[in-house]
Amino acid sequence: MLHIVACIKQVPDTKIIKMNPKTNTMDRSSAPAILNPYDSHAVEEAVRLRARYGGVVSVLTMGPPPAVKAIKKCIEIGADEGYMITDRAFAGADTLATSYALTKALEKIAAEVRPIDLIICGKMTIDGDTGQVGPGIARRLDMPPLTSVNKVVEVNREECFAIVHRKLEDGYEVVRSTLPCLFSVEKEINEAPYSPLPNMLKAARYQPKIWSVDDLPGIDRTQLGLKGSPTIVSSVWAPQKPQGGKLLDGDPNKQAEQLLEVLLARRELFAAVTETATGGA
Amino acid sequence: MPEKFDVIVVGAGPAGIACAYELAKHGVNVLLIERGEYPGSKNVMGGVLYRKMMEEIVPDFHKEAPVERPIVEQRFMMMDKTSAVTFSYKGMEWAQEPYNNFTVLRAKFDQWFAQKAVERGALLVCETVVLECVVEDGRVVGVKTDRPDGELRADVVVLADGVNSLLAKSLGFHKEFRPDEVALATMEILKLDKKIIEDRFNLEEGQGCTIELFGDATKGILGTGFLYTNKDTLSIGVGTLLSGLIKHKIKPYELMEYVKKHPMIRPYIQGGEPQEYLAHLIPEGGYKSIPKVAGAGVIVVGDAAQLVNAIHREGSNMAMTSGRLAAEAIIAAKERDDYSEASLDAYRQSLMASFVGQDMKKYKDATHHFDKFPQYFEQYIPMMNRAASQMLTVDGTPKREKQRKIWRDMGSFGQKVKIARDFYRAWRVMK
Repeated sequence: MLHIVACIKQVPDTKIIKMNPKTNTMDRSSAPAILNPYDSHAVEEAVRLRARYGGVVSVLTMGPPPAVKAIKKCIEIGADEGYMITDRAFAGADTLATSYALTKALEKIAAEVRPIDLIICGKMTIDGDTGQVGPGIARRLDMPPLTSVNKVVEVNREECFAIVHRKLEDGYEVVRSTLPCLFSVEKEINEAPYSPLPNMLKAARYQPKIWSVDDLPGIDRTQLGLKGSPTIVSSVWAPQKPQGGKLLDGDPNKQAEQLLEVLLARRELFAAVTETATGGA
Repeated sequence: MPEKFDVIVVGAGPAGIACAYELAKHGVNVLLIERGEYPGSKNVMGGVLYRKMMEEIVPDFHKEAPVERPIVEQRFMMMDKTSAVTFSYKGMEWAQEPYNNFTVLRAKFDQWFAQKAVERGALLVCETVVLECVVEDGRVVGVKTDRPDGELRADVVVLADGVNSLLAKSLGFHKEFRPDEVALATMEILKLDKKIIEDRFNLEEGQGCTIELFGDATKGILGTGFLYTNKDTLSIGVGTLLSGLIKHKIKPYELMEYVKKHPMIRPYIQGGEPQEYLAHLIPEGGYKSIPKVAGAGVIVVGDAAQLVNAIHREGSNMAMTSGRLAAEAIIAAKERDDYSEASLDAYRQSLMASFVGQDMKKYKDATHHFDKFPQYFEQYIPMMNRAASQMLTVDGTPKREKQRKIWRDMGSFGQKVKIARDFYRAWRVMK
């Protein structure tokens, strides 16, 4: 039976989060915690593949206890099971330490629950924006990582292969990989429909399996949390908001003239062109 | 086959949560359905929560609930354009247990309250809209939601879907409410430093104050304004009968801006940074607008049943009590295994016998009276202000002469008789 695991994360809603101007850190109380939007597409894709091929969809997250809410959201989308690893020892993890901890949990799921055929992650989280955890997991599990997936053509468990489209800047490429493998998916891969009511009821009742560090066999504690994280964030700042701006009046021709005048005067865009033009004259 | 519950409660406001809480406490299999993202996300009130009725449901709730400040002073401001006569009561008995009331922010409080119901065993589903009640053979047997496979069954459906209760309306329990049966309230939450709030409102640390605004706050339209202290925010708002806004062609936000700029209010809120803007309808039709509240397999509670005492700005307490009484009636009906209208009518009876029914009855003509005779707000409050100014301005005029001036200001003999009659009438509708 096809077993797909989606790795998900609860994140602050960065669309509305405020920055503390004094400390330059995110004021987490100013934004609600949501399921990372890319991850909801990952779970939805897993649910769609289950509809096509049968099987089981599990979700896995690492986070503080309130992250149970994100797992419940995945159950609403249609996941069958949820697993969560939570422990103070995981706190402060960067992408290296996170992918290590998640790998250990995935190994436990594969060993004790059922073998894993496919792992699906969102392209990236909206709070970290790195997109490294997915490939990190794939590398550790020695699976092919297929990033930027925007269409799954086929997953064939019997013959052990998957065919997907990977998004490129000017199109897509069709890639065939062996199974098991890992996808990290783009938002456009699917559109999450309105969850059916039975899923909502299941989610409201659902309690995920929760593991601490001690539940993960053979784990190396030095690779966890802050200790296992070589990334150093030296400083963080909010981007400067663009100031002002000038409104151009008149008909389009006049506006274009005005715009050219400004740009030429500031020698920003057409510096080279101007020189050529001047040289030509 | 749709899943079946003992009871489905539609709407996670004070009435719905109270009902679900009580039912769950008694082991009833109850589902609470909320259309918002979380309980409280769509709920609006000025912010006064009464201790007594809440405590009848969750004892000692204030020790853990996210309440803002216990109210130690209640002021009533009769406003003219550049003046106000203010009455106030402040008492230190309200500064300690058992307390009288608290300011709350509904988005926080309702979430907490719903969580309590869930801990008791209620099932909560959010972001789901109940479209209609499923009716078979003249009985409500379940609900249909907007989600795929969205039908559910229940022995009893409790309608706590708020002021416009479309569900009760579609069952024929009430008609579309008239503009003089509902008030439109708008409010803003303004962020302000704790210490500044306490200084401005003459409060010790952690204590709260409420100010109710009458007269010019609503430009003389029947309604009230309010200014409440929260922990580090102020809630300011104004609500008037919808019919009044229509008649005077005033937009609600214009009224809101007017109150915020009023010289009696401006100094209190100066520097407050707007955080939220909310608006909501309030059922103010009173006793005569209460719809049918119990039918076969269905009960109506809270705002959906128009349970608001506009004169005393009480609503959430009535909602909670109605939710609790509904739960009691359902539990009794469950023991009899009889969910007929006659059986659930026990709810209506206990509701009417409680303070809710009695107060609704006591003030049954009040809103209508003040709506019909606008002179109280339009004329008498300014008159009261002029009298106070006259009497308290020391300008060398003998006091007897000042009294004569105030007397003259009240108009001809005929007008004075009218004033006397109006106050007698006002006393009659309030007594």
